[in-house]
Amino acid sequence: MTTTKEWPLWEVFIRGQHGMSHRHVGSLHAPDAERAIKNARDVYTRRNEGTSIWVVEAAAISASSPSDKGPLYEPASDKVYRHPTFYDLPDEAGNM
Amino acid sequence: MYAQSIKSTGKSVQSLEEMSPEDRAFQERINRGEKIEPKDYMPEGYRKNLVRQIGQHAHSEIVGQLPEGNWITRAPTLERKANLLAKVQDEAGHGLYLYCAAETLGISRDEMFEMLHNGQMKYSSIFNYPTLTWADMGAVGWLVDGAAIMNQVPLQGTSYGPYARSMVRICKEESFHQRQGFHIMIAMAKNGTTDQHRMAQDALNRFWYPSLMMFGPSDKDSVHSAQSMAWKIKMNSNDELRQKFVDETVPQAEYLGLNIPDEHLKWNEETQHYDFSQPDWNEFNDVLAGNGPCNTERLTARQKAWNDGAWVREAMMAHANKKAAKKKATTQVAAG
Ligand SMILES: [Fe+2]
Ligand SMILES: [Fe+2]
Ligand SMILES: [Fe+2]
Repeated sequence: MTTTKEWPLWEVFIRGQHGMSHRHVGSLHAPDAERAIKNARDVYTRRNEGTSIWVVEAAAISASSPSDKGPLYEPASDKVYRHPTFYDLPDEAGNM
Repeated sequence: MYAQSIKSTGKSVQSLEEMSPEDRAFQERINRGEKIEPKDYMPEGYRKNLVRQIGQHAHSEIVGQLPEGNWITRAPTLERKANLLAKVQDEAGHGLYLYCAAETLGISRDEMFEMLHNGQMKYSSIFNYPTLTWADMGAVGWLVDGAAIMNQVPLQGTSYGPYARSMVRICKEESFHQRQGFHIMIAMAKNGTTDQHRMAQDALNRFWYPSLMMFGPSDKDSVHSAQSMAWKIKMNSNDELRQKFVDETVPQAEYLGLNIPDEHLKWNEETQHYDFSQPDWNEFNDVLAGNGPCNTERLTARQKAWNDGAWVREAMMAHANKKAAKKKATTQVAAG
């Protein structure tokens, strides 16, 4: 449905102040990456939300599909031994 | 509200048993409080309603800049000017967050603009009233943003993920809007001169009923609202939110020493709510139909901005394409 004249869509990722990873915050339209970063500054960091911006053209993103939910994530659900709480330890062992 | 003119489909809400297996699974996800994401299955009616609702909301944020933009160059102090500028810039951001959310449903930004500009899509009736004095900037922040917040806070829990996330961002930014408006009202109505007090009262007189209209007509018997509530794209009835708005606003007006322009306004011990007069719903329908005091002015301003900006949008795209082609050519030369 996109007309050829419309600027492409960019997804915006921002890293906040406290050493966390870049996080997806939203999207915007821009003619190129440089402009997308400038627009992202205006749209998504008006209150010191970020110290670093990534933009990527939405068309370049590959995503898993909802129907893959089963095959992708179910294998992990019966592997409780991947969590520390699976292993009962004696009090004598202290904090581990 | 910001989406106050969603037309009814006339169909009543289906029970889980009547639904197709896909629709039932979908409704059960919503009942469990799960978020629906863009690629998930959704009934066509859900998608269509959301496009209209989010679209109307986005258009309201954008058109809503116009009555306030009107006063940026005439703010009484540099500080007030900076405050108002920041607020109006926020509203542009709100519009953008919402357009992005609507776009995830398969409609393009340009299509939505086109439908706004040719009158196919609506925006809130409130922005078709003029802002005549500086006191109107106080009344708009206090009442209009106040009414908007009342509607937007529960929408943070709406079932459509992108819509809910944009509401979270918007609500975070919105409370400064109402406070800066109330701040203007304090300066004029409480600490100001007699003339300023009179201006503040006049602004309240003109914005009171249009603010009550923002919640839309009573929908207690509306089939359409029942469906939207079942889908969790509407969280409260229009009457419920309007009552809540009146209950919160009356004491604020009393604090300011201003009178709500309603002779029937009275605290009701029994219901523990204020009784109040309904706005003139004929006027509301008339404004929605395009006959409000500023409909033509607002739409013309939007069309002009869009048309005058066309060459800039095209030139920037052409420049970006040219740069990309050049970069590709040089990397090919380097590789060869
Ligand atoms: Fe607003
Ligand atoms: Fe807003
Ligand atoms: Fe606002």
